[in-house]
Amino acid sequence: MRAILHSDLNCFFASVEQLYHPELARGPMAVCGDPDKRHGIILAKNEQAKGLGVKTGEAIWEARQKCPDLILQPAHGYLYVRCSDLVRSIYEEYTDLVEPYGLDECWLDVSDNLQPPVRIAEEIRRRVREELGLTVSIGVSYNKVMAKLGSDYKKPDAVTIIRPQDIRTMVWPLPLSALFYCGPHTVRKLARINIRTIGDLAQCEAGYIRKILGKNGLGLWNFANGVDSSEVRPSGEQEDIKSVGNSTTLPSDLHNRDEVKRTFLRLADKVASRLRKANMVCRGVQIYVRDTELLSIERQSKLYMSTCVTKTLYEQAMQLFDEHYFWQRPIRSLGLRAIDLMELKEDRQLSFLTEFKEEERWREAETAIDIVRERYGNEAVTRDFRYCRGSDNHAVASELYRSKDKTGRLADKHVLPLGFQALKE
Amino acid sequence: MLRRVYIDVLAQFHGGRVRPVSLTLEDGRRYVIDRITDVRRAPSKSGGAGLRYTCVILDREVALYFDEWENVWWYDSRK
Repeated sequence: MRAILHSDLNCFFASVEQLYHPELARGPMAVCGDPDKRHGIILAKNEQAKGLGVKTGEAIWEARQKCPDLILQPAHGYLYVRCSDLVRSIYEEYTDLVEPYGLDECWLDVSDNLQPPVRIAEEIRRRVREELGLTVSIGVSYNKVMAKLGSDYKKPDAVTIIRPQDIRTMVWPLPLSALFYCGPHTVRKLARINIRTIGDLAQCEAGYIRKILGKNGLGLWNFANGVDSSEVRPSGEQEDIKSVGNSTTLPSDLHNRDEVKRTFLRLADKVASRLRKANMVCRGVQIYVRDTELLSIERQSKLYMSTCVTKTLYEQAMQLFDEHYFWQRPIRSLGLRAIDLMELKEDRQLSFLTEFKEEERWREAETAIDIVRERYGNEAVTRDFRYCRGSDNHAVASELYRSKDKTGRLADKHVLPLGFQALKE
Repeated sequence: MLRRVYIDVLAQFHGGRVRPVSLTLEDGRRYVIDRITDVRRAPSKSGGAGLRYTCVILDREVALYFDEWENVWWYDSRK
């Protein structure tokens, strides 16, 4: 039988803030996004705030209604990544099969470790507390799903063991929402047919569940019965990338097409750069537009040829935007995603088409810019948005780059990618 | 409430590991570290966490912290 641990750092962001600012530990506290940038939601809360009903994801004003004394702390992403890395290095002393699930959760396969899994879990819990000042809840079980249930079972700073013979007594009485992959929509759907606990689901006929929830329902039914054969991936092994995307909630609403062009160009630049870094090209583009009433649309289309070039992604995104958004309201957030990915191969089919040649030249130019940015920082070469204001032709011209001199000021002369001329000087 | 006080430390690389040799307080007084009795990662009472060196200076135990990312040394002061 396998020995799987699921380790969950309790109230992670809030705990890290309390670690670095011990004065925050005295009362209810929450970590929130920057309200000035309109990211004003609760990202994490401490146990006291949790006890007063503050929830992750709710707006700051909602949390303040429940808890007027709530202390708000801005998020410090780099600290969370650093603490997460330190905790992970402790896990890796026990096994090289450590699969992260976000910054604060990990699965560990300790089947090959000679120590009993419960002792390993207790030791990890003690070490994380004593060495890093954080607490973890660890579930010990024979598969990933049961281990995850175990880590949620008792919090904070606890170890819970779930053996196959414990499923009926420990797991089945739990509400369906406690089951991994069982989201609010599935919970509502199953509640309509009076399936409310994990036990209710487990005791149904598998075929019946499949009829209601489809193929995924069968997976959930297996989980409810304690069956999961998925393996813990080794540290460093990445899942296949299915898409690459970036989105942004803007500090102020967008009211015209020029502002949208500017934002999409910035997003396309980031997405294309990430595609090239992963040595991938995409065959489709998806955009996401959310208006001030928080209504959103997602639209996608196929590309004429596969690409990892900013200009192509940007133009496709703008085309989709023009076709599907009719300015009922100003825009709050925009997103751009490269979909239908494939590996960029050097021995790919060549073409005499002008578009293909131009695409290749852009790719070479942008790859050179990636190298400059990697060496001197993202600000070393930036896009010149001045060219983005005019007609559509100028959008192409906006691909011109400008560089900063050593003092950080913009250089007088444009540094153009090799083989390109300025459309407007 | 303890306060984090950053200090100047003269350190030495010894067998691939860094070890403090002497420290200089804010007022300029310099002390040589006589002995290091323990080195481990630990949270500091003034906030944060780092490598904690339990040092003996003039027969008194002092906990010195080192943050490898920020490259800073500090101790927790009651003042």
